[in-house]
Amino acid sequence: MPSASRGELLLETRGLTKVFGALRANDGVDLRIHAAEVHAVLGENGAGKSTLMKMLYGYYHPTSGEIFVGGKPVRLGSPRHGRAHGIGMVFQNFTLIPALEVWENIALFLDKRPLEREGLLERIREVSRAYRLDLDPRALVRELPFGTRQKVEIVKVLLTGARILIFDEPTSVLAPHEAEALFTIFDELRGRGYAVVFITHKLAEVLRCADRITVLRRGRVAKSLPAGEATKEGLASLLVGEAGATDPEAIPRRRAGTSLPSGLRPVLRFDRVSCTTDDGRPGLTGLDLAVHPGEVLGVAAVSGNGQEYLGDLVLGLRPVTEGRILLGGEPFDPSPVAALARGVACIPEDPLGMGAIPGLSVRENLILGAHRPYWNAGGFVPDRGRLEAAARTALTTAFVQAPPSLEALAEDLSGGNLHRVLIARELSRNPIALISYYLTRGLDLSNARAARELVLAHAARGMGLLFISEDLDELFTLCDRILVLHAGRSRGIFRPVETSPRDVGLLMTGADHARAA
Amino acid sequence: MLALRNRSALALDAGLLAGALLLFSLLLLTSGKNPLDTYGSLLRSTLGSAYGLSEVVVKLIPLLFTALAVALPARLGLVNVGGEGQLHLGALFAASAALSLGPGTPGWLGLPAGALAGMLGGAAWAFAPALLRSLGWLNETISTLLLNYVALRVVDFFVYGALRDPGSANVPQTKAFGPGFLWPAFTGRVHVGIALGLLALALAAVLLFLTRWGYEIRAIGGNPVAAHRHGLPLAATTIAVLCAGGALAGLAGTGEIMAIQGRLRPHFSADFGYLGFLISWLAGHRPLRILVMGFLVAVIATGGDSLQLDQGLPSATVNILMALLLFVVLAREGKRGV
Repeated sequence: MPSASRGELLLETRGLTKVFGALRANDGVDLRIHAAEVHAVLGENGAGKSTLMKMLYGYYHPTSGEIFVGGKPVRLGSPRHGRAHGIGMVFQNFTLIPALEVWENIALFLDKRPLEREGLLERIREVSRAYRLDLDPRALVRELPFGTRQKVEIVKVLLTGARILIFDEPTSVLAPHEAEALFTIFDELRGRGYAVVFITHKLAEVLRCADRITVLRRGRVAKSLPAGEATKEGLASLLVGEAGATDPEAIPRRRAGTSLPSGLRPVLRFDRVSCTTDDGRPGLTGLDLAVHPGEVLGVAAVSGNGQEYLGDLVLGLRPVTEGRILLGGEPFDPSPVAALARGVACIPEDPLGMGAIPGLSVRENLILGAHRPYWNAGGFVPDRGRLEAAARTALTTAFVQAPPSLEALAEDLSGGNLHRVLIARELSRNPIALISYYLTRGLDLSNARAARELVLAHAARGMGLLFISEDLDELFTLCDRILVLHAGRSRGIFRPVETSPRDVGLLMTGADHARAA
Repeated sequence: MLALRNRSALALDAGLLAGALLLFSLLLLTSGKNPLDTYGSLLRSTLGSAYGLSEVVVKLIPLLFTALAVALPARLGLVNVGGEGQLHLGALFAASAALSLGPGTPGWLGLPAGALAGMLGGAAWAFAPALLRSLGWLNETISTLLLNYVALRVVDFFVYGALRDPGSANVPQTKAFGPGFLWPAFTGRVHVGIALGLLALALAAVLLFLTRWGYEIRAIGGNPVAAHRHGLPLAATTIAVLCAGGALAGLAGTGEIMAIQGRLRPHFSADFGYLGFLISWLAGHRPLRILVMGFLVAVIATGGDSLQLDQGLPSATVNILMALLLFVVLAREGKRGV
């Protein structure tokens, strides 16, 4: 356990700079990390947060500038050096081996392996108890939810003797209650003298848990200030610069309580739909839902409660075992081709992994699925003029300023930009129904705002929107109605004005006593 | 940014190639040869004379087809190791066509009939792996590789059996094909196949980068999940492209027996299928680079024979160099994977 006195300076950078080709990812960054401090590093996509952390961890080498640990200059040649200096990185995923048990994963990570199994098991249980992580070292990683896997990563880093724990966007994979649990762990760590470096682009989280906030903008420190002096508005203007200073996090509010014209045929309807999971357990059970033209129907669910099947069922990627799906009031035989032809679009859970072709250009990505009209003579002669015009139109709807080049490869775009290209693609088909998963997850403030405005504009023109999200604030401000899913069953459909985020949150987690509206 | 990436990729390639040549030099030193002499002799015997150069081109012809047979499926994310087997089946089909149509067949019929039969044979040999892969039952890397060994035996079965020329009692081989089936030569042994090979490269480039199907192939190869979710036909494309690869390898086999051998014998292929695999991976499955890398490999393969004569090294020595080149490819792919 670290015995650092409160406030001791553990790590400092002076003029840290990292240059990739023509890009100055970090430019003269000064950072001071103290013991017993939760230090948030806040920045938009591409502001240089991850580059900075990778230098601190020894993964990247600075182009210039210095890193001091405990007052002494150090050269972090590799993550091993970083660990040796007490700097640990808590990874999000992909560093655990799913087929192994928790303790085996941890044993693999430790540099020295003097521990026999029982000793290691005991130490994991000890740490788990001390920090209230509630971790079973004998559990199979494969069977653990993301929130718990993250705890495994934390224990891993703690057991290497780290005093500085770096969390890179730790909440991006977590459900709201899991994120809250993580902040409680931050409090524990702070209480024991650890330094927590927490990278994020979410203002609310920063204000919830940080002691000190450093805002990065375009690779430079825009400002570093104690959390007590920070306000949401102030941070927002630091993040996006002067131009976007008008409360960029404001979610465009729907006309409250609009009633839908009665008698409108729903564009998308699930009629008592059931399906099974991959291993044959019930996935969705007897689900009824209807999305009307111009309506935003929210789906509130903690990940793994069946919402992941909604899009797959409409695309025919998973069979409907009972019930039926109707489009525009007519029964429909689900398949990707049929869904496209009938005007259903989907922004999937993992838009980059499930929606983008990394090696193709932005232009080629924009036409995926609706690409046939861009060739003449039966497919032999590309119609470059039409393709160019269509791609440009699609992009300008999604990017008010500075759209990426049409020639750029998808893999060279930042995550936020690529995400927006994919949103532009799905909307460019003017779908009658859009199934949208976590529309703004991983997007920074300005991109998230643009994405919300874009889908709402299409809804205003008559598109039905099935809006799946875990962000209750977002659901309550954007949606006409909210369907709550738990364990594959509907727990009711509510109008935001008739219920509260607290009640919906309770229903999402399976509590029975919430007042139904 | 793009130019930078290309430049550094090129530097990486050059460095890795130099590394392979250096390692091979060490090997030569341990067997008491002067590496510079060896490389010099290898180059002199191939590029140093018109005859040497023409032999390189003769070697290059089947390699262009077998490399494309790997490159097209690779664009779709498929690994076709079955070029050797598809080449043999192509030759068998072409030989059967020639023998059953008879020696009197005129050229206007014989040439296309032989080529089409050869392509059909190669495609047929690729069909089973393609179907099994499209159903998600069996990985095509394994099935195409293992079917190579079956193909050799199938050719043996016919050449020792039904297709054997009763007149050549001591040698297992078919009768000579009629003149209407033989591919015309330009000069010496350099035949019309080189024109066909270059044409195939150009057509492949057009297919991949201009046509709708090329777009679909690159999309599926780039991210099958995204492509499937957007309605692209994964199974049909898998079958079509792998069979097209097989057809190209079959054409390579056809050329070898119709232009060089004049009849079908067992073991007529000098590992053309495997060398095509090496070339395609060296070239990153790009048609134009296949021409460059194909030439490089053809030089090494042709020069191997001269090493035996000039340097007293077994001609198989160059296989070690080929293997080192394959490691270069693997190292490069690994480097990119980071």
